[in-house]
Amino acid sequence: MQDILQSLGLAFNLMWRLDPNLVAIATLSLKVSGGAVLLAAVLALPFGAWLALARFPGRDAVIAVLNGMMGLPPVVVGLLVYLLLSRAGPLGPLGLLFTPAAMSIAQAILIFPIIAALARQVIEDAWDEYREQLLSLNATRWQCAEALLWDMRFSLSTSVLAGFGRAVAEVGAVMIVGGNIDGVTRVMTTAIALETSKGDLPLALALGLVLIFLVVCINFAAQAVKSYARRRHG
Amino acid sequence: MVKAAQRILRVNVFGMFTRPFRTAFGTRAKSTGLCLVATALLLAAGVANSQEKFIIVASTTSTQDSGLFGHILPLFKAKTGIEVRVVAQGTGQALATAKKGDADVVFVHDKVAEAKFVEEGFGVDRREVMYNDFVIVGPKSDPAKSAGKDVIVALRKIAEAKAPFTSRGDKSGTHAAELRYWTQAAIDPQTGKGTWYRETGSGMGPTLNTASAMNAYAFTDRGTWLSFKNRGELAILVEGDARLINQYGIMLVNPARHAHVKKALGRQFIEWVASAEGQAAIASYKVNGEQLFFPNYGR
Repeated sequence: MQDILQSLGLAFNLMWRLDPNLVAIATLSLKVSGGAVLLAAVLALPFGAWLALARFPGRDAVIAVLNGMMGLPPVVVGLLVYLLLSRAGPLGPLGLLFTPAAMSIAQAILIFPIIAALARQVIEDAWDEYREQLLSLNATRWQCAEALLWDMRFSLSTSVLAGFGRAVAEVGAVMIVGGNIDGVTRVMTTAIALETSKGDLPLALALGLVLIFLVVCINFAAQAVKSYARRRHG
Repeated sequence: MVKAAQRILRVNVFGMFTRPFRTAFGTRAKSTGLCLVATALLLAAGVANSQEKFIIVASTTSTQDSGLFGHILPLFKAKTGIEVRVVAQGTGQALATAKKGDADVVFVHDKVAEAKFVEEGFGVDRREVMYNDFVIVGPKSDPAKSAGKDVIVALRKIAEAKAPFTSRGDKSGTHAAELRYWTQAAIDPQTGKGTWYRETGSGMGPTLNTASAMNAYAFTDRGTWLSFKNRGELAILVEGDARLINQYGIMLVNPARHAHVKKALGRQFIEWVASAEGQAAIASYKVNGEQLFFPNYGR
């Protein structure tokens, strides 16, 4: 109990004096996971919309697999991306291993299924509701998907935030493809793992509390933007 | 930069791909999507892009966690302008990383594995540059009565008492050393698996955390132990045996095998570590007044 109280104090202290190390690590965390979310969302939202509207044999199986992939183990994704980006691997010449870009890619793969699966559900529900209306406008399938994506943007933002939450909190993948290099690829979660392995449990927990605080702040901000936009644009 | 690129992309790229059937409700979503793609790519490129001179060193958790690198690398950078990016893994994993060509220099501590690495043509220019020593830590009450100088006798006593012992079990340099001493003691610790002999399959720190939580014995390098904070009831019980020397070696990943290895920068780092200046930097690193690593290049 005393450890936990000590961590709380430490977390507060670190944030209060804007510890430069902490700021650098937290910023990198947000950059890496932010990049991952952008990359994943740009691909996953259209894919989810397409899957919601498309009808083809084996569609149920694709949906089941996609839903299952929401539970991708980060360490497996990390290994996979590591083998791809390694100098001995197919994408080795790019020299991306042990860079923040590699971490973003790994996280993007990790959260693609989450965003796509949740988007698929949202769009499919909306499709059931607006189907007649859209078809009466003579819209093509793809135009319908676009319209629904835009219309459902507030609901979809939750699926994107879920992806962000998963990305920023995972350690298994970024540890492997980033290498936890001080000042280059060290993010919040790998720093927590490092401090734990050094036996500095109060500091590790304090960093964890800071991370939780940051993620909650981001969600507050997103919520504020959402309600503002909703009031303005309905 | 991102904003400007977005503007350009909106004008040029979007203009190029304007489709005839754009509808009132489609346009907005599409342009947003394109801008997002552009931003994501720029972001990824921006963070990947680094103009600095740097090398990647695959090393062990003991050198990193003990704070040695934090002490000597800034000195090296101040002198040469070369940034050393350390990926800290167990020796086994570090050598595997280097074999794939994902590092420029290897700095590890497992003589046998290093010799094999060089022999197979993966590494060149190996030098022995420093050492520290291994110790056995355990509960202060020492239920196995293992305290003393002789590591072999101590291991026998621990096995006889079937006292809980946590092992790395991860093919690291420290794990390999521990297994050699068990062999010398003519004990197969695998017979105690599941009862008193517990393999954590993780780094030195996590293994010590486990030992601390279970009040178990553990085999560790002194550097990690000295900078380890969560000791609980544990203390050093066995130390000072000449057999417990832990030698570190540094070598360049063979550029003949991996053409992209930064051989000039890597050699510069190896030369510096072996130089009088680098050796003095290693000797001057202390935790609580205690020297952690002892330079011994050429000795």
